Amino acid sequence: MANRIKIKKGLQIPLLGKPEETFRGEITSEYMQVCPEDFQGITPKLKVKVDDTVKAGQALFFSKMHPEMMFASPVSGTVTAINRGEKRRILNITIKADKENAYVDYGKKDIRNLSAEEIKKAVLDAGIWFVIKQRPYDIVANPAREPRDIFVTGFDTAPLAASYDFILKGQETDLQTGLDALAKLTKGKVYLSISPDTKNEGLKNAKNVIITEFAGPHPAGNVGVQINNLAPVNRGEVVWTLNALDVLFIGRLFNKGIVDLTRTIALTGSDVKQTGYYKMLIGTELTKLFIGNVTEKGNLRYISGNVLTGTKVEANGALRAMHSQVTVIPEGDDVHEAFGWASFSPKRYSAEKTYLRLKKAYRLDARVLGGPRAIIVSNEYDKVFPMDIFPEQLIKSIIAFNIDKMEQLGIYEVAPEDFALCEFVDTSKLEIQRIVRTGLDMLRKEME
Amino acid sequence: MSLRNFLDKIKPNFEEGGKFHWLYSTYDAIETFLYVPNTTSKSGVHIHDARDSKRTMIIVVLALIPALLMGMYNVGYQHYLAVNVQASFIATFLYGLIATLPQIVVSYAVGLSIEFAMAQMKKEEVAEGFLVSGILIPMILPVDTPLWMIAVATAFSVIFAKEVFGGTGYNIFNVALIARAFLFFAYPSKMSGDQVWVRTTDTFGVGGGTVVDSYSGATPLGQLAVSDASTFGDFSFLGITGQPLKLWDMFIGLIPGSIGEVSTLAILIGAILLVITGVGSWKTMISVFLGGLFTIVLLNLVAKNAVMGMPPQYHFLLGGYAFGAVFMATDPVTSARTEKGKWIFGFLIGVVAILIRVFNPGYPEGMMLAILFMNAFAPLIDFYVIDANIKRRLKRSAVKK
Repeated sequence: MANRIKIKKGLQIPLLGKPEETFRGEITSEYMQVCPEDFQGITPKLKVKVDDTVKAGQALFFSKMHPEMMFASPVSGTVTAINRGEKRRILNITIKADKENAYVDYGKKDIRNLSAEEIKKAVLDAGIWFVIKQRPYDIVANPAREPRDIFVTGFDTAPLAASYDFILKGQETDLQTGLDALAKLTKGKVYLSISPDTKNEGLKNAKNVIITEFAGPHPAGNVGVQINNLAPVNRGEVVWTLNALDVLFIGRLFNKGIVDLTRTIALTGSDVKQTGYYKMLIGTELTKLFIGNVTEKGNLRYISGNVLTGTKVEANGALRAMHSQVTVIPEGDDVHEAFGWASFSPKRYSAEKTYLRLKKAYRLDARVLGGPRAIIVSNEYDKVFPMDIFPEQLIKSIIAFNIDKMEQLGIYEVAPEDFALCEFVDTSKLEIQRIVRTGLDMLRKEME
Repeated sequence: MSLRNFLDKIKPNFEEGGKFHWLYSTYDAIETFLYVPNTTSKSGVHIHDARDSKRTMIIVVLALIPALLMGMYNVGYQHYLAVNVQASFIATFLYGLIATLPQIVVSYAVGLSIEFAMAQMKKEEVAEGFLVSGILIPMILPVDTPLWMIAVATAFSVIFAKEVFGGTGYNIFNVALIARAFLFFAYPSKMSGDQVWVRTTDTFGVGGGTVVDSYSGATPLGQLAVSDASTFGDFSFLGITGQPLKLWDMFIGLIPGSIGEVSTLAILIGAILLVITGVGSWKTMISVFLGGLFTIVLLNLVAKNAVMGMPPQYHFLLGGYAFGAVFMATDPVTSARTEKGKWIFGFLIGVVAILIRVFNPGYPEGMMLAILFMNAFAPLIDFYVIDANIKRRLKRSAVKK
């Protein structure tokens, strides 16, 4: 029987558009986009130029800091464009996909016969190292440093999140292989956190890991919360974090000998007509998902990921690297609501009871619903922040960039996603995740 | 042309480069008052809670309304009692309304003008904090406070207690209480004593009459301050015409006192609203009463005079105790911000308020000073609460090494 930890603080935002547990098919697109921005803490150095042909699993770029860290192309085809933004920052690499996906053959390998170094090299060479993130700083893990422990979350509690049980069905072997590989990469422990409701045998009976059940509302599924409750990160320590869906990529590499960046994603959100699950490669354009399947009236916001931490994309945007969910909600910029402060509208949702709770599930749009203010209300963040950390004081120390205070208050233990609910409930409408991200990046620059 | 179209049409004039760009904050305040801004999130979360600063402040104002209405009625009630006129319920309330409305108008007009001007200068949005302070100020003053004094005190507190610190959210002391304290020390004769709590003259020609012979405007706490050893153990407070006051009168608020502070019943209704909506901290409220109770019980045990022997129900029903606990101590900006801190903060307010009341007969009203005093200590309380967390983290990493 696994240990169980009950998370009390948090919030399950009741949104419309839960994904129906039905598999609706595979989506492909002619053009694929890979966005280096999806990988935190990386300065990309290109390995390809326009008109080059690539195979699936071949490196498109590598990390400037760690030249051994490759980033794989999800698809075989021809590079048609490298789009750049300000300061020549690479926005995306566009690849015209071949009809048949041709893979680079990395060779099947038996984990049991491999050393830690060999496993590490295999994952780095294959260009899928990006699935391993590290704390502190919440960036792609530095392969040169051995982690104290590795934490894998086996479920997602974010609003309308995809069911890991549903996605992992039939992929249990790849999951276990991936976990075995991770177990070799640390002298410490590999922790796998699962939902008490999980039925998946691959999660429930995973070997080589310490399993803990986390019950409670979001963010119980966030790996940061799990670390804080299991074995918090101290100053000078490094831990690696993954989610179980990303572990699959590592498992597939060793079991099949190829880089197979296929994800099963949940199409969710109040403005999707028919929700459900689809298979697609990372970087696939999402157009086909949306055509004829979203609300016609009003402006819409398309999100790769969930409503708390996802990335806004265009209707023809691509599935971003770290996401197993696509959400469509109303944009709301065409709405002019009179006297919102006096409103009794049942459409308005608040975590606190400043509005009457009249509905079970809500269709919320992307409006901020207020102007930015100084932090006034207290105990607002704490209620949705189940870590032994003072969120408000930490945020203030980041804004002031007081390094000593940030360290004292636990900056090394957190990632922007841990503050997503704080940002949602914030009466002062601050961009808290951006503040935390900037703070982490500046701190890393200062420390390295 | 609809209002929305009109706003959209005039908006360019107020934006950077427009003729009235120096009035942008004012335009923005009016526009966002009328319509929820339609700006959508640029980074981070894609959806937001419907609660914003405006909603929060409006809830507090709403919670104050019962106390204000009861206070208005009581102003009329005390007045007609003093001049011995039988007035109808409506007439009584109307007298209170016209007596107190000018004070509210002055407080809002002065405070909001300063707020708008400051926001304009700093090119920021107008913060809503004064919506609450503006109604609190007249509610904690005696009804006969001259309007010019309210104007001066409001200006003083908004500028020197709030804006110099950076505006709403950055102030150390409760703005409304600073206004009251300013008047208390600058014009003591108008803020205390027996003559200021009941309006005996007519207001705008309404409710004239001759004050009855037995009239005394002393508040119960005022009577207590001058009570001598002979009344030890006897807690029969008198109303303004010498009639004995029952506990019930004190509870529903038919006693002389500051406009908003008299009715414990109405304050209780406000407290319930604040707690249910999560706007006010129940921890602070409860702990203020716990701190008070603790001190009163101790003092009762060693009572040497009437004030020391006064039982808790009188302390809590009289003066600004309940009002301070519910509406002043819970001000999130000037209170302790950590949950543990709130327990300590509230408890000490209770202790200090009772100590001031009991041991300094010159200030029967200890609540205001107690809260201001603890406002100054709130950051210190938080410091120690947070320091415990920091120490725990340090210890954790020390054990590992």
